[in-house]
Amino acid sequence: MTAPAKFVGRSVPRLEDRPLLLGQGRFAADISFPGQWHMRVVRSPVAHGKLQGINAAAALTLPGVHAVWTRDNVAHIPPIPFRLTGLVELEPYRQPILANDYVRYVGEPVAVVFAADPYIAEDAAELVELNIETLAPVMHASGDTGPFDAERATEPSIIRKSYGDVDAAFNAAHAIVTLELSIGRHSGVPLETRGAIARYDEARDILEMHGAAKVPWWNRDHIAKMIGRSRTNMHLLEGHVGGGFGIRGEIYPEDVLVCAAALHFKKPVKWIEDRREHLIAANHSRQQQHNIRAAIDAAGHILAIDDKFYHDNGAYMRTHAATVPDLAAAMLPGPYRVPAYRVAGHIRLTNKTPCGTYRAPGRYESSFVRERVLDAIAAKVGIDGVEIRRRNLIAKSAMPYDLHLETLGTHIVYDSGDYALLLDKTLERAGWPALQASLKKRRAAGEMVGAGVAMFVEKSGLGPSDTVRVEIKNDGKVEVVTGVASIGQGVETAMAQIAADALGVDYATINVVHGQTDRIDQGAGAFASRVTVMCGEATRLASVKLRGKVLRLAAELMQTDAAALDIINGEIVRRDNTGPSMTLTELAQARPGDLSAEDTFLSSHMVYPYGVHVAAVKIDSDTGGVAIERYVIGYDIGKAVNPRLVESQIAGGLAQGLGGALLEEFVYDDNGEPLSVTFADYLMPTSREVPQMSILITEDAPSPLNPMGLKGAGEGGANPVGAVIAAAIDDALQRPGTIAELPVTPQRLKSILKKTGLR
Amino acid sequence: MTEKTALTLSINGHAHAINVEARRTLADAIREDCGQTGTHIGCEHGICGACTVIVNGEPVRSCLMFAVQAEGKKIRTVEGLADGDTLHVMQQAFMDHHGLQCGFCTPGFLMLAVGVLEREPNISDDDLLDVLSSNLCRCTGYQNIIKAVRAAAEQMRGK
Repeated sequence: MTAPAKFVGRSVPRLEDRPLLLGQGRFAADISFPGQWHMRVVRSPVAHGKLQGINAAAALTLPGVHAVWTRDNVAHIPPIPFRLTGLVELEPYRQPILANDYVRYVGEPVAVVFAADPYIAEDAAELVELNIETLAPVMHASGDTGPFDAERATEPSIIRKSYGDVDAAFNAAHAIVTLELSIGRHSGVPLETRGAIARYDEARDILEMHGAAKVPWWNRDHIAKMIGRSRTNMHLLEGHVGGGFGIRGEIYPEDVLVCAAALHFKKPVKWIEDRREHLIAANHSRQQQHNIRAAIDAAGHILAIDDKFYHDNGAYMRTHAATVPDLAAAMLPGPYRVPAYRVAGHIRLTNKTPCGTYRAPGRYESSFVRERVLDAIAAKVGIDGVEIRRRNLIAKSAMPYDLHLETLGTHIVYDSGDYALLLDKTLERAGWPALQASLKKRRAAGEMVGAGVAMFVEKSGLGPSDTVRVEIKNDGKVEVVTGVASIGQGVETAMAQIAADALGVDYATINVVHGQTDRIDQGAGAFASRVTVMCGEATRLASVKLRGKVLRLAAELMQTDAAALDIINGEIVRRDNTGPSMTLTELAQARPGDLSAEDTFLSSHMVYPYGVHVAAVKIDSDTGGVAIERYVIGYDIGKAVNPRLVESQIAGGLAQGLGGALLEEFVYDDNGEPLSVTFADYLMPTSREVPQMSILITEDAPSPLNPMGLKGAGEGGANPVGAVIAAAIDDALQRPGTIAELPVTPQRLKSILKKTGLR
Repeated sequence: MTEKTALTLSINGHAHAINVEARRTLADAIREDCGQTGTHIGCEHGICGACTVIVNGEPVRSCLMFAVQAEGKKIRTVEGLADGDTLHVMQQAFMDHHGLQCGFCTPGFLMLAVGVLEREPNISDDDLLDVLSSNLCRCTGYQNIIKAVRAAAEQMRGK
């Protein structure tokens, strides 16, 4: 008897690719309905002002314009609710779907125009007159707090976390390292801009919204609530999604507006964002300034860390509320023993685009800060960056390691890990001693070259639950209906691999359904590197359950025991290889509708993958440009369902991390005018900037919290990139602690070279 | 701006008679008036290259060209790459080398690479990298795109 083919652990081709390669994708802009109206948003041209009046008369006279909505038309719709980390004191800062009395950032929706054609809608939007009394904007998050407007202050809340006796540790310290560090404002910027198309079917009393992503079920529930509908009369439908990275798929004003308008006008309403809008209206992220101190002993062991940071959240608290600063605060200790820890994260409002999560939210920031501290300790003690990390790493024997901190409603307990082993393996892959020797030689010859190391702990697999239904249809096709979403990462392939192994079928015969609220009642969606862990295990559970059912039903028909049967490549056979067999299709036809099973995976703890990045850079002292000569990533994934998909996640994350480290920044002038409004101003890495990389995936620390040992892959490529690039540049300059601010743009580096006399 | 011009666009060998304003971009005309939505629009200012199509043998940004300028020219889009069920070698190489994730930038990269390699099959590796750096991808980190295009280039040269 042939052994059943196994798919988990193999880099099988993606099931998603063919339609995308043929130009048959269904992205938001590709969805159209007969008679649809096009919506264009009129956005505030000033950063802060009192909205005195809106005159849409001229816009309404334009042929093809159907209607203009302002705050009065949507006064009954509440502001956008919090999805995660929704502290009560933040609620007054939620964003209305159209500006009320004030405008608070350039790009804030003030009115919407509905027209027969998008060109006409854009013409009309320019004719809408806004009477705004300009007010002074708040453009800096640090410093003293003050009024943000008449009723509210610039600092709605402070995230405080701590354990251990921090003051005692500082009093007893051999030395104290103090740093001031900042991370620039940048974001996910997917290649597909946002889009939403709503359609009301009066005959069935169903409102549907296309262009959903990430968290369709939560958004269905809450958009329905905002516009006064039942969740059962509303569907959110995900098509192809052109990149998510955390920012796409949250509830934004435009989603609510198309739904409300489709319902009100009983016309399909389509909104497709343009790139300028995207760069000023979709979530920004990352901008923080940290003042951090570390108490150390004579050998460089960390005794305590005390951090105070300012989180620049922009003009409103959107769906993520306090999530990003909370994660930054909770994940800062990373892979090191920090006996005492205290952090105060000051959430600040400014007159800039509001913020949300972006791939490795809070961790890109706090990894930069923590790893800069480790490098500073190394310099202080006079040892190298590798040795200081070795001395402080949490030992494998300490696992599971309770950090005594909480985030996202969970206790942080590192479930498994051998951090020192991964450091060794990654340095070996990087050829670290030879690299050091060659860099030293080149520096002696006058080149500005250097290398750095950064380590981090990621989090993934956020619960609390995922449900999956698996069915073998009458035509023999297998369908896996999930409550997650696909943002391009290969969900269909990975879930099909897991289901295929349990069911004994070819993964390519499995259709994985995601992002359709009309197919399954509940779903947590795709964020926090949760899909493979949570939905993967739910898929396995449901598939195993279905396998049991299949064998029971087949045993009846085949007049044998279920235990005597196996499923191999879609065929139910006797294990002893005797007698007749039957195909799953035949069984499905014999028992129509019976071959279905549903199961749920519950998890109250996240799982914690971890990694090491090594970078070697060369600085061009004429231009201030940084070229990456070598980049090695070690990442322990617990168990890789599809190693190539894992590598791809990491490679893409690295590219984005490099953007934030070297190029990407949303810049504003003093009046709050955004200066990064095209791809000529907001520079993302191209194939010239992203280096060849070597990615080492290890499975040394499977998670004990799920049977396959899975951990998430989505964010480890991005997490410590700012940190490792800073370390490598410092090394190239032979000046520890030089890089204190990201991104290290050519202009910034040139000015550093000038100031330090290196140029 | 509402005066419309009647014109015919030739896309993948099919004639599309359309009626558009002078200001209508070729990208919008291909997608909205001719129904070929495989060509994607990522920035509308000529930088990301998601809308790249081949016009008279040259890869162009269809967001920077007006539909009226394309009359009488031979336009090729991603929908015209495959031969029936058989993928073009470039499409197959993207699949084999995992050169795509979300797939939004993919049609632009395919048309850019095919357009350049058809014109200049022996392009140097460094020049090829330069060409590919004219389009943006936000998912892959580019390395697999580069591998895919190099592999396809070899096959296209071999033909």
